[in-house]
Amino acid sequence: MEIPYVVTARPETGIFNAKAGIWLFLASEVMLFGALFTTYILLRIGAPTWPHGELDVALATVNTAVLITSSITMVMAWASCLTKDFKKFRLYLGLTILLGATFMVIKYFEYSHHFHIGDIPSKNTFYAIYFTLTGLHGLHVLGGMIVNSYFWGPGSKMWKSEPVRFTNRIEVAGLYWHFVDLVWIFLFPTLYLL
Amino acid sequence: MKTNQPNHAVETVAAPHVGVVHVHEELPFWRRYIFSTDHKVIGLQYGFTALLFLLFGYIMMMMMRWQLAYPDTEFPKYYFVLPIAAIGAIIILMSGIKPSINTLIGILLLGLAALINYIASGEERMPDGIMLPEFYNQLGAMHGTIMVFLGIVPLAVGAFGNYVLPLQIGAPDMAFPKINMASYWAYFVGGVIMLVSFFVPGGAANSGWTSYPPLADIATTGQTLWLFGMVFLITSSLLGSINFIVTVLQLRAKGLTFFRLPFFVWAQFVTAFLLLLAFPPLEAAAVLQLMDRLAGTSFYLPSGLIVSGQVLPNTGGGSPLLWQHLFWFLAHPEVYVLILPGMGIVAEVIANNARKPLWGYKSMVYSLIFLGFMSFIVWAHHMFLTGMGTAISAFFQTTTMIISIPSVIILSCLFISLYGGSIRFNSPMLFALGFLPMFGIGGLTGLPLGLATSDIHLHDTYYVIGHFHYVVAPGTIFALFAGIYYWFPKVTGRTLNETLGKIHFWGSFVCMNFIFFPMLIQGLAGVSRRLSDGGQQYSHAQGVFQLNEVMSVAAWVMAIFQIFFIINLFISIKKGKKASENHWEATTLEWAAAPTPPIAHGNFGIVPEVHRGPYEYSLPGNAKDYSPQNELVKE
Repeated sequence: MEIPYVVTARPETGIFNAKAGIWLFLASEVMLFGALFTTYILLRIGAPTWPHGELDVALATVNTAVLITSSITMVMAWASCLTKDFKKFRLYLGLTILLGATFMVIKYFEYSHHFHIGDIPSKNTFYAIYFTLTGLHGLHVLGGMIVNSYFWGPGSKMWKSEPVRFTNRIEVAGLYWHFVDLVWIFLFPTLYLL
Repeated sequence: MKTNQPNHAVETVAAPHVGVVHVHEELPFWRRYIFSTDHKVIGLQYGFTALLFLLFGYIMMMMMRWQLAYPDTEFPKYYFVLPIAAIGAIIILMSGIKPSINTLIGILLLGLAALINYIASGEERMPDGIMLPEFYNQLGAMHGTIMVFLGIVPLAVGAFGNYVLPLQIGAPDMAFPKINMASYWAYFVGGVIMLVSFFVPGGAANSGWTSYPPLADIATTGQTLWLFGMVFLITSSLLGSINFIVTVLQLRAKGLTFFRLPFFVWAQFVTAFLLLLAFPPLEAAAVLQLMDRLAGTSFYLPSGLIVSGQVLPNTGGGSPLLWQHLFWFLAHPEVYVLILPGMGIVAEVIANNARKPLWGYKSMVYSLIFLGFMSFIVWAHHMFLTGMGTAISAFFQTTTMIISIPSVIILSCLFISLYGGSIRFNSPMLFALGFLPMFGIGGLTGLPLGLATSDIHLHDTYYVIGHFHYVVAPGTIFALFAGIYYWFPKVTGRTLNETLGKIHFWGSFVCMNFIFFPMLIQGLAGVSRRLSDGGQQYSHAQGVFQLNEVMSVAAWVMAIFQIFFIINLFISIKKGKKASENHWEATTLEWAAAPTPPIAHGNFGIVPEVHRGPYEYSLPGNAKDYSPQNELVKE
């Protein structure tokens, strides 16, 4: 028995099932990161002093640019699906994955520098919340990279059998990827600049 | 089939059975029963797992009640272990040589008996059968955790929601069957982690089901496993709730508008939103507590904290109140997660057995939505004694008083629905009727706790325990029993025995009140909760201390009445009286359109079309007293 509205949109709601699902998932993610940002605010208000300028703003700026660019290539990958250009789709999705990897590598250098000079989570509440927030965000980036790699590699077989459904999948993966990008856009000023 | 004739039900039965055998044989055993993606199988998996956890939680409670009634006397563990082992063995023997689901459940019961036998002995838990206070704390924490997160919510949402909801809205399955399967297995892993925690050094979590820091931050390893277990359970409910919402939004049958949805579907729909949005903050809180425990951070540890005469090495700077806010931001909506599906079940059963439409269906739905919304802004009424300030207390006591209004509307509508009906007093209806006054007591005893002034006296006393158990035990659990008796014919094609059902109901109903009413009395006298000797050290407890024995005996007697249910369940699965296609002569789609028992994959032979509201009973001028939702309206 086929489940309806996997490929086409239900007329009343105007969306297909997975799109409704991903928006709900992102709503729960907002609550997850919302709770952590709240924690940040509470800890900072309660702290007698709050460290400034201990993080590498230059690296983080580069990372912000990297993630924003990856969001653009993600949209291009979806647009290429819509224009039925599979080669371009592969190129853009590949770029998205590579940019995600670049972000993670830069983050790795930041982390190892901190660990090297003894800035570990237990040093103070600032580093505690810094590592928790960026670590959880990093896991989200990694998750997105794994999903995107699947669609770039073995998952792309669906392009031949069910191109519309595959395009839907890329759209949904894209929504998630933009969310991960958006979280970073909030994290960057909160942790590095303010 | 475009035109629904009166003989529609017969046709839908005949057609689908052809397709069943075909699909059934394609899938190997493990895909059909273990890693199934069919919502009905997943619902049953949730149901049986949750019932086993409920039994385990109940036995832990009976062990604690021994300690409370007869402090520091030897626990007669074989009175508890042997009956469970015997029931397990009988179920295995009854199911015969060929292995079946019954055999598996029999084996699991034997395993449960072995687990009880293990935890009720050992130098670090119960030397010479006498319970150590540390072990009492483990039982207390795990009783709460298991009952709430592994018992009632999985049964109310995972089992009933999964099984009934797609059938009631005319859907072929849940919107995401694979995610549905992942949801069950995440729940299963979470449950296993919780059970394993009894075997690590220091035993299971022992800081209460609320896991308040700083105590939980410095507790034994069991707490770390508790946190990991919770992460899995949160993942499970996240996957489940997304599935429920999308299914209701996208897969409703043609003509099934939102105000034609059965109240049960509405209840599940609102519950899913609560799970979706309230659980992530607890996940965040759990991650922070894990960081505190494993990475040495101080999210919940204030500066200069002294433990056993020594200053903790942590840097401090955190706040124990942070946990309480994050925890109760989940745990108050969680209270409504516990009760709303129960209300949904009771509404179905009452409308069906009063043979009347629900009185005020629309106001019930609006109340439900309002209740769901308000449940997010009442959480700090659990924290009046933390010294968070009178302004905040005033805000939260106001919202708490407001949230009682929609609950009262729903309960009143259910009561009024009975007026003028020709009521059938069968076992599901008895449990549903039992729910009404019990939930009423539970709700009304909550009001003094919601007011900051009276809460000062009542906070952390047995009054609180009495209050929320009235809501959850004779409230939600009665509703769940009503659901089991009501939908059993749908699931198996057979009925549960009425006589055994009535013994089960009346026994439980009387015992419940003997267990929980004395708690209210003890609490008003000021007896604190979480005391491992029931307060025998305190002078103010002396006048009410002897009630402990009354409550304990009632708890054990109630266990005997549950045996009637277990026997009834397993005998009726194989030998119960055959149920007709629409056994209760109900109007909703799961009875009216889908065959009984439903087919393996696909649910409906012919996609149903809805022409009516959910509870069109006793319409004037009709020959029969019910008009199924898929029956055409005559011009």
